Formats: sequence, C-alpha cells, structure tokens
Amino acid sequence: MIRFLFKGLLRDRHRSLLPFIVTATGVMLTVVFHSWITGVIGNSIEFNARFAAGHVKIMTRAYSENAAQTPNDLAILGTDTLLNVISAQFPEMDFVERIYFAGLIDVPDHTGETRAQGPSMGMGIDMLSGNQAEIERLNIPSSLKSGSLPGKRREVLISNAFAEKLGLESGDTLTLVGSTMYGELALYNFTLCGTIEFGTTALDRGTVIADIKDVREALNMDDATGEILGFSRTGYYDHEEASLIANRFNKSYASERDEFSLIMKSLAEQNNMGFLVEYSGTLQGILVFVFIMAMSLILWNAGLLGGLRRYGEFGMRLAIGEGKGHVYKTMLLESLIIGILGSMAGIIAGMGISFYLQRYGIDLGSMMKNASIMMPQVFRARITATTWYIGFIPGVFSALFGTMLAGIGIYKRQTAQLFKELEA
Amino acid sequence: MNDEVIIKIEGLKKHFPMGSGRFTALNGIDLSFGRGEFAGLIGPSGSGKTTLLNIIGTLDVPSEGKAIILGESVGDLSAGASASMRKSQLGFIFQSYNLFQVYTVFENVEFPLLLQNIDASKRKKMVLDALEWVGLTDKIKSKPAQLSGGESQRVAIARSMVKRPSIVLADEPTANLDAANSHNVLQTMEKLNRELHTTFIFATHDDKVIGYVRRKIFLFDGKVAKDEKIEQN
Ligand SMILES: Nc1ncnc2c1ncn2[C@@H]1O[C@H](COP(=O)(O)OP(=O)(O)OP(=O)(O)O)[C@@H](O)[C@H]1O
Ligand SMILES: [Mg+2]
Repeated sequence: MIRFLFKGLLRDRHRSLLPFIVTATGVMLTVVFHSWITGVIGNSIEFNARFAAGHVKIMTRAYSENAAQTPNDLAILGTDTLLNVISAQFPEMDFVERIYFAGLIDVPDHTGETRAQGPSMGMGIDMLSGNQAEIERLNIPSSLKSGSLPGKRREVLISNAFAEKLGLESGDTLTLVGSTMYGELALYNFTLCGTIEFGTTALDRGTVIADIKDVREALNMDDATGEILGFSRTGYYDHEEASLIANRFNKSYASERDEFSLIMKSLAEQNNMGFLVEYSGTLQGILVFVFIMAMSLILWNAGLLGGLRRYGEFGMRLAIGEGKGHVYKTMLLESLIIGILGSMAGIIAGMGISFYLQRYGIDLGSMMKNASIMMPQVFRARITATTWYIGFIPGVFSALFGTMLAGIGIYKRQTAQLFKELEA
Repeated sequence: MNDEVIIKIEGLKKHFPMGSGRFTALNGIDLSFGRGEFAGLIGPSGSGKTTLLNIIGTLDVPSEGKAIILGESVGDLSAGASASMRKSQLGFIFQSYNLFQVYTVFENVEFPLLLQNIDASKRKKMVLDALEWVGLTDKIKSKPAQLSGGESQRVAIARSMVKRPSIVLADEPTANLDAANSHNVLQTMEKLNRELHTTFIFATHDDKVIGYVRRKIFLFDGKVAKDEKIEQN
C-alpha cells in the first residue's frame, strides 16, 4: 500500500509538487534564518566578548559597580598569583589581564610644546609576550591600516581616524596624560608604530592599544590589573557554562562586606548583554512557530484544492471498500512522505546556503558605520546541531497539520455525497 | 440457479431533507434478487434508480424499511462493516469509469486486492485473469488517459470483478459509450455473469442495456411500477 501511495505521489505532480516546493522552501528558509540569526547574535556576542566583556570577567566589587568608568584605583592586586590560581581552578577558561583606561593624548612638537591633543580610550593588552592570543582575539593584524604591530616596549597602536586628527604618523611620539592607580598625574611617552581601523565607530574614534606592561608602568599598576577576562576554550559563549563558572568563582571569592573582594560576571550580566543572550533562544521558538503557521496555511489550502480534485478518487476508493479512516490515514501518510522528502530537500538547500554564509559571511560594515553599539562588520551564519534538525519541525509538522485540516473537510462529507461525484 | 436470495428489500423508503420538509426518493420498495441475476432498474431520470443502487451497495442507508444484503441489514451495519462488505462482496461500475488516472491499468485492477492484503504473486495472477476476461491483457501498462471509452469501462469492469464479488452494481455503464462499445461491454458483463454467477444489477434508461437484462424492474416516482422476468435457457 505504501508503495502504491508512493507511486501515486511520484506520478501525480499536482498532488506532490506544490506541497513539496512549499515544504522545501519553508524548511530552507527556516534553516537559513536559524543559522543566520544564531550567527548574527553569536557574532555580536563574541564581538562584545572579545573587545569588552569576555565570556566572564573578574573585577573587584567596587570596580564592577562603576565598570563603565574603568576606575583603576579599584584595580585587582596581586594578579600574577591570582592568574595562576584561577587558571588551575577553571581550566576550561583562558584568562587574560586587561587594563582599560581613559586619558588625554598629547602630541608634542620638536620643542616639546603641545601640537595637538585629544581624549582617548585606552586598552592595555598582552602584545609582547610572544603569545598571539590577544592580538588575534581583537583581530588586530587584519585591522592594521598602516605601520606595523608593536615589536618592542613603548610602541603603541591608535585608531587611524584619531591619528589623522592628531596629524600623527608612524614613528612619531605621543604622550599619554592620565592618572595613576593612586590618583597621581601620569605622563608617559609612546612611539606610534601603526594605525588600526576596526570598522566600528565605537572603536574607531579614539582607541589606543598599548602593551599591558607599558600601561602598568604608565599608571603605576605594578602586579595589578583592572580586569581579568575569561574566554571559553570552546571559542563560543555558552551562557550556562559561564554562569556555572561565575557561581563557582563567586562562592569562593566574592564577599558583600569587602569592596576589594573579587567578583566574576558572565557576559550576560554585563552591559545589558543579557537581552541578546535571551533573545537568541526566544527568536528560535518564534521562528519555528511562524513557519509552522505560514506553511500550514499554505499546505492546508493546497490540501483542500488537491482534495477537491480527488473527490472522485476518494469516492471510488470508498466504493471499493476502503474505510473512511483508512482514506484519511493514507492522506496523512502521503503528506508525511512529502513532508519528510520536502524537509530533506529544504535542509540540504538551507545547509548549502548556511555553509556559504558561515564561510564567507556578509559584510554589513556600511550599515554599521554609525552604529554606536559595538557590532562586528562581517556577519556570518553559524550552524549548530539544532540547525540540522530544526527544519524538520515546521516541515513535517505543517505538512501533517495542513493535511489534517484539509482532510477533515473531506472526511466530514457524507459517503453518499462523495458518490454524487461519481455519477456525473 | 435463482433460488438463493441474496438481496431482500422490504418496505424500503428513502427521504432526503429538502428545504424545511423532505423529499421522498424511494417510496416503499419490495424486491428480492437471487444469485446470478442479470437485472435492470429502469426508469426516467429522478425515479430513484441510483438511490436504490446506493442502498444495495451499502453506500447509503434506508430511511424506513429494510434492505438485507447477503444476510446483513444495511441500516444496521457499522461504517467498518459496510466497508468490509464492499471490499469483499460488492463491485461498482459507474458511467464515468472513475479509474485512478495516475495508475496503470494493472494497478487500477490491483487496487481492490491491495485492500484485501492479498500477496503479490496471487494478486498478479488474479489481475491478469480479470484483464483476460475483459480482453485487455495487452494494455496492462497503459494509463487510463491512453484508453478509449470502451476500454476504460472494461478496465472498470475488471476492477469491480477482480475480487470475484457476489454482486456488481452498474449505474448507467453505457451512458458514455457508442453503440459498438456498449454492446461489447454488455457482452463482457453477460459472459462474466454466466461464467462466475455474479449478480449484476444495472440502473439505466438505455435500450441497449435493457435488451440484455433478463429482468426488468421499472421504477417510477420511487416505486416499482413493473417487475418483468424474461425466462431463458
Ligand atoms: N442526496 C440527495 N439529496 C437530496 N435529494 C436527492 C439526493 N439524492 C437524490 N436525490 C433526489 O432523489 C431523486 C432520485 O434520485 P436518483 O439519483 O436516485 O435518480 P435516478 O433515477 O438515478 O435519476 P437519473 O436517471 O437522472 O440518474 C431525485 O429527484 C434526486 O433529486
Ligand atoms: Mg442515477
């Protein structure tokens, strides 16, 4: 009987082609949207993680309460030992120290008088230890606009636009005017070695990137750091993993009474990033639901039209002695076959597109130019385990659901009524 | 041959709802049929031929009275029981053939056997036998669209006969056929009736059909106006 139905489906393109195309298209879109949304949200999360939040971040409690001001007077002390301890305690994370600082960049002329000046946001990261992790995390090599990466102490990178504004070129000297960890005036000379452009306004206005050792020296932060960022070795932010680690950390380090006690925050707990993380899950649910509804409606109608065309056939089958329930079941079985085949075709097509989008991505840099939030320039789809099967849910479900609705109309008709169609 | 009664109809009435009242399509029918009859329900349009045939075929139920088919009362059969009765004991032939367009001649004739879960090798033999009866063994791979009207109706006959039912009900089987094809189809059915003792009941107003039947039941306004048996040997 199944073979018999199969033959009918293959030969009767009215019966199979439209539902097949509808299912395959819907499933393809579901798959592509899923991987794309997962990718875009994931990309935004990772971008924020890399530049600002980490997957988790350790700060002193006092620092964390004012983290936007990067109050380095509330920095973490004894970082060398601490790093060793937490690296052993949380081997699933890669921990790095960063010092974010605000300051004035002053460009002196040959007499030492100020030639140009501008406010800057600085970042002290590890660039000279030989470990490339941070340099790559911040995508510095491919963001280099001119000059080269720092090769020795006191070399610094600044935003290309900032350099132009200040009239700076590689090799020029610039002075950081800031305040030390103890609130004293800090003056520190750097040599410009290159300029960078990330393609994101928020980062391209006045960023200064220096090696953390120089920043420590400049701000008198010996064996101290503003923040310790932790990155999951999986490469992706996993909210559950991050929360668990933060809980474990806080159990042993955090204290309500001591404002210099350490506290760990997951990415979702920082800078209103929580909504992105939550959004991602909700969006998947909405997506599948919308596709089920839309496709069910189309397939319901297709099923009704197909059913009308097949009244004669159904009537004859009842006359031959097939039970009504059996006719209905064969309709469902037919739609299940189409649903599965259509879903497989849709998944193959959707995966093809998703793999392309994952590999090459889409450059939305021009749209992001003026975005004040931190967003990457190139968005890529991201295929997860869910992407592989999510298409089956709307595909099979709507095929069955559409036929069920269409079938009820046929099923409800009196047998004798179906026979009227046979007499003509 | 005619002494075993397989259809017994008593005081049968059929009403259809119409507007606020009802319309009586069959108005007190008493009839019985023996095994192997070749009978025609004859009457003008609207006289109730199809309605009666549908009740005999368990596709519809009496409003009043009884229709006992092969020992079962049509009105009392569950949907499943009437379907299984049709599956094994009843064959239908319609004016418009109603072949399954996407299936071949062979597959069309095979369908009733699939419903009965008959195994493939036996099925094949039964289908080929049935196509042999109607002289279409050379068309087994054709699709209905490639057949003439006469050939299509012969496939429909094979499909109704393949399971060797006790009763075949034919509603205007020649209405779409020319004279030559009508005779061919009627001769085919007459031959099967004689060889297999299948009871045939026609609903018709076609003189060609009337010329073949051995019993003429004239219906008028939902009543039997005349019931004529033609004795032959
Ligand atoms: N389902 C129905 N609902 C209402 N009226 C019906 C229904 N079926 C049949 N009738 C009416 O019952 C009467 C008998 O119909 P039936 O189809 O039995 O006639 P018939 O003898 O087969 O006619 P024809 O030669 O035109 O096929 C007709 O007047 C028809 O309109
Ligand atoms: Mg009729």
